[in-house]
Amino acid sequence: MNTAAQSLYLKKLKTQKRLIAFLRAAVFAGFLILWEAAARLGWIDSFIFSSPSDILRTFCIMWRDQALLSHIGITVSETVISFLLVMIFSMLFAVLLWTFPKFASVTEPYLVVLNSLPKSALAPLLIVWLGANMKTIIVAGMSVAVFGSVISLNAGFHAVDPDMLKLIHTLGGNKRDCLTKVVLPSSVPYLLSSLKVNIGLCLVGVVIGEFIGARSGLGYLIIYGSQVFKLNMVIMSIVLLCILAMIMYSVIGFVEKMYQKRFH
Amino acid sequence: MKPLLELNHISLSYHTPEGETPVLSDISFSIQQGEFAAIVGPSGCGKSTILNLISGLLRPEEGTISIDGKPLEESSLNIGYMLQKDHLFEWRTIYSNVLLGLEIQHKLTESSQARVDGLLASYGLEQFKKSRPSQLSGGMRQRAALIRTLALEPALLLLDEPFSALDYQTRLNVADDIGQIIKKEGKTALLVTHDISEALSMADRVIILSRRPASIRSVVPVELDIANRTPMTSRNAPNFKYYFNLIWKELNSHEYSSAVSVS
Repeated sequence: MNTAAQSLYLKKLKTQKRLIAFLRAAVFAGFLILWEAAARLGWIDSFIFSSPSDILRTFCIMWRDQALLSHIGITVSETVISFLLVMIFSMLFAVLLWTFPKFASVTEPYLVVLNSLPKSALAPLLIVWLGANMKTIIVAGMSVAVFGSVISLNAGFHAVDPDMLKLIHTLGGNKRDCLTKVVLPSSVPYLLSSLKVNIGLCLVGVVIGEFIGARSGLGYLIIYGSQVFKLNMVIMSIVLLCILAMIMYSVIGFVEKMYQKRFH
Repeated sequence: MKPLLELNHISLSYHTPEGETPVLSDISFSIQQGEFAAIVGPSGCGKSTILNLISGLLRPEEGTISIDGKPLEESSLNIGYMLQKDHLFEWRTIYSNVLLGLEIQHKLTESSQARVDGLLASYGLEQFKKSRPSQLSGGMRQRAALIRTLALEPALLLLDEPFSALDYQTRLNVADDIGQIIKKEGKTALLVTHDISEALSMADRVIILSRRPASIRSVVPVELDIANRTPMTSRNAPNFKYYFNLIWKELNSHEYSSAVSVS
């Protein structure tokens, strides 16, 4: 049974939540209306700045005539593949670093340098080495995320309470038991939060790769569109990238929520 | 009678780049089968280090440790170790937490599982088998941790301030609870604590350590004038205060004399 004060509080909370949702939608709608109006009334040059209706029109035309779906599909699949590879590779490497602390000490400065290196600088080199194909773009996507992912997973592994490892030893366990029974299961939250960062970074890397070495994908459309001055195409591709990033992020966010629901 | 555990002239130092810190100097004592002994000493004097040595997590630099007449390295007897916190894993259910040791030692058989089921049933944890650790109270969690230790049928139980993470009221209750379970299971135990009354309430014998580097200051056999002694009733024994004062004086006289010797 709720008391009157409690129901009042809950009601207030609900109203506030609704207000925020409404304001968010209003900001978005207001932005679109302003953009459209500005383009139609000639406040901005719609050839350069496009407009929501132009974007929608471009989208429909390209969907029909230029296989837009396949461009989207290519970017998404390249991102997902590089994301999965980053996940597998960084997990294996972090386990290796944890298992061999001497190896970790030796490689630490190299990892730090590689992580702080602007990865877009590598892209032209990758094209020369691996050729202008999907492989290069996947590697470009990986290169942006992988080092940071290794570093953050490794930090997660070391955040384990040393007493938990001691417990495993007192129960007669060895280092492998420590890894499989404590370190890996307790690092799942770190893994999930690093996944959320990684999916975005992989998309960045893939788009960089597509800029310079692709014949398809949204990154290619952006570069191509800017070269032939079809800015509607460029801006539409950017909007699509926004939407893709949002969808992929929320998929991982959903996985994280499921995990938290199960264990807390 | 041959003692279950025997420490002979154990010495150990910790090594850091800043230098060598002697932690234990010439520690010798033994514990008989079925006995409950306690080690008290000032904080940071190296009490836990002794337990780490007995459990084999550390090796002594000098001296030997033998279990049931055999050197520690050759002994196949299990030594149970209870840490300050229960460290039940949140990603496991209570049941799979208490089976952890058996799982690690590949001893997960029907009979061992049946024994754990029996322990859970007799100590009121049966209905929590499928619960997560966070759903249990501090006392229940400590019980689960004890059952996890007992599942391996340890010949000796080491207790490293196992109640210090609990609030005072829970602490008294849990100490009473755990103490009685250990007695009932007929286990030999060695408790480390800086709480004199906790040591007195549970132990048959109290070993008093000096400051670092720790050496044995004295050993006090505890004979409380009370029938059906439990950790809780021990505190009401008429001569509880006498023992408390005795140990208190031992701990403090050393503080004083070491202060004098420094100056």
